[in-house]
Amino acid sequence: MNPALLMWRAASFLVAAGFVGLWQLVANLKLVSPVFLPGPDRAWASLVRGFTSGDLLAKTIGTLEHMAYGWLLASIVGIALGAMIGSSKAMRSYVAPSLEFLRPLPVSAIIPVAIALFGLTQGMALFVIAFGAIWPMLLATVHGFAAVEPRLYEVARSLHMSRLAVIFKIALPSASPDIISGMRLSLTVALILAVVCEILAGLDGLGYWVLLSARAFRSADLFAGVILLGAIGYVTAQAMSMVEQRLLRWRTSGH
Amino acid sequence: MSGERWKAAALPVALLVALEIGARASGIQSDALAPPSAVAVALAEAFADGSIIGATRDTLASAFAGLLLGGAVGLALGIALGIFQPFDRLMEVTIEALRPIPSIALLPIALIALGFGYRMEIVIVAFACVWPILILSRAAVRSIEPRLIEVSRALKLSPGDRVRKIIVPAALPRIFLAFRLAAGIALIVAVTVEIAINPIGLGASIMTAQQALRPDLMLAYLVWIGLIGYALNAGLVVAQKHLFGPAALAGEAR
Repeated sequence: MNPALLMWRAASFLVAAGFVGLWQLVANLKLVSPVFLPGPDRAWASLVRGFTSGDLLAKTIGTLEHMAYGWLLASIVGIALGAMIGSSKAMRSYVAPSLEFLRPLPVSAIIPVAIALFGLTQGMALFVIAFGAIWPMLLATVHGFAAVEPRLYEVARSLHMSRLAVIFKIALPSASPDIISGMRLSLTVALILAVVCEILAGLDGLGYWVLLSARAFRSADLFAGVILLGAIGYVTAQAMSMVEQRLLRWRTSGH
Repeated sequence: MSGERWKAAALPVALLVALEIGARASGIQSDALAPPSAVAVALAEAFADGSIIGATRDTLASAFAGLLLGGAVGLALGIALGIFQPFDRLMEVTIEALRPIPSIALLPIALIALGFGYRMEIVIVAFACVWPILILSRAAVRSIEPRLIEVSRALKLSPGDRVRKIIVPAALPRIFLAFRLAAGIALIVAVTVEIAINPIGLGASIMTAQQALRPDLMLAYLVWIGLIGYALNAGLVVAQKHLFGPAALAGEAR
């Protein structure tokens, strides 16, 4: 990184620190009632206390687990279904319009149906998160398969490759950028739905924890939880784009 | 073309018929499923007694108010960040720190600060809508043909005029796209807030139907929410084509 860029970065951190300072000032002067707005010092103290003596770590792991299971299930099912639909022209013309029709459905509307089916359980959360997270990946896979360079399919035909070989050797690699950006989008959806399910079903996780903190007017704990949720969102998105760069390196280096 | 249409309709129609026959033949009482005909009846009843219309109004009002609020903030910030490069660089860490906070995590904060009702929902929707509009309008402003900016300089336009007469018109197609995406997000967030906690609108109605063990009414609300989501998106796509021509849709990121 060149020095000028580093300077800007440092200045940018200073600006962010300035905002935190402003927040502290507002809290210290009690411009907003401390019941609603704890200072950053109190939120930080609550964060440290939660991790050293409390069960904040367990709650964080709980939320991460809900997110990860649902997202993994959605990835597997979404890519498999997408490959099945995308690799056949007939399937595409029969199924793809229904998928496009379902896409703008606010996925959280499925929650009451899931509660009626599974009750307020972990299974309900898994179903809802997987259902919500599947759409970006499913549609990206279908679209990625449809957008494969047609000449590659001709080559596969002249080589007498089986359908499975075509999927794994041609279509999946060619559709991988679409699929991975779908997976990144799904991560955000999975986090949001994990929080909603925890709030509704009282499952062990940060979502329920922030709700309980709010009900008890423990605002420092509440802000600590929100900061942690932001951190989860940030870290998972960063991790995903690192994976993306690694997996797709062959595309930029080749050709 | 009509052949394609038939193929598109085949799957949903087959599913509906199978559901209807299955539900009638087995005759099981379920808390989660109902025959499609019963769902249609429940939907018609909800329209007849006006409950679904009121709930739709509440949800759409909160979603649009949040969209306007968040959109105005996001657009102002996005244009400012797009024009002044140093400002953009200075705000980078702050924005990257706030953006990944899932909007729904603000729910408990909004709840204790504002209580149940419209205001709390609007604030959460606005927070969710700021980011896509900020990011996309910033990119739209940056991608404006540099010669246009030079022209505005040569004409010695004031900064206000430059934004009004050059930058906003040039970036408008992509800004509209940002609003279209944000409108979808606004509806999703509004329904989610209602399902999670806020006792107004479609989300609260569908939860009430579930708790009252009325699967027909619950599924009727689900279908209706889906239709609204579809109509909102389709309407905005048509508006986008109409206002900016098909070229506006071509370069869109999926």
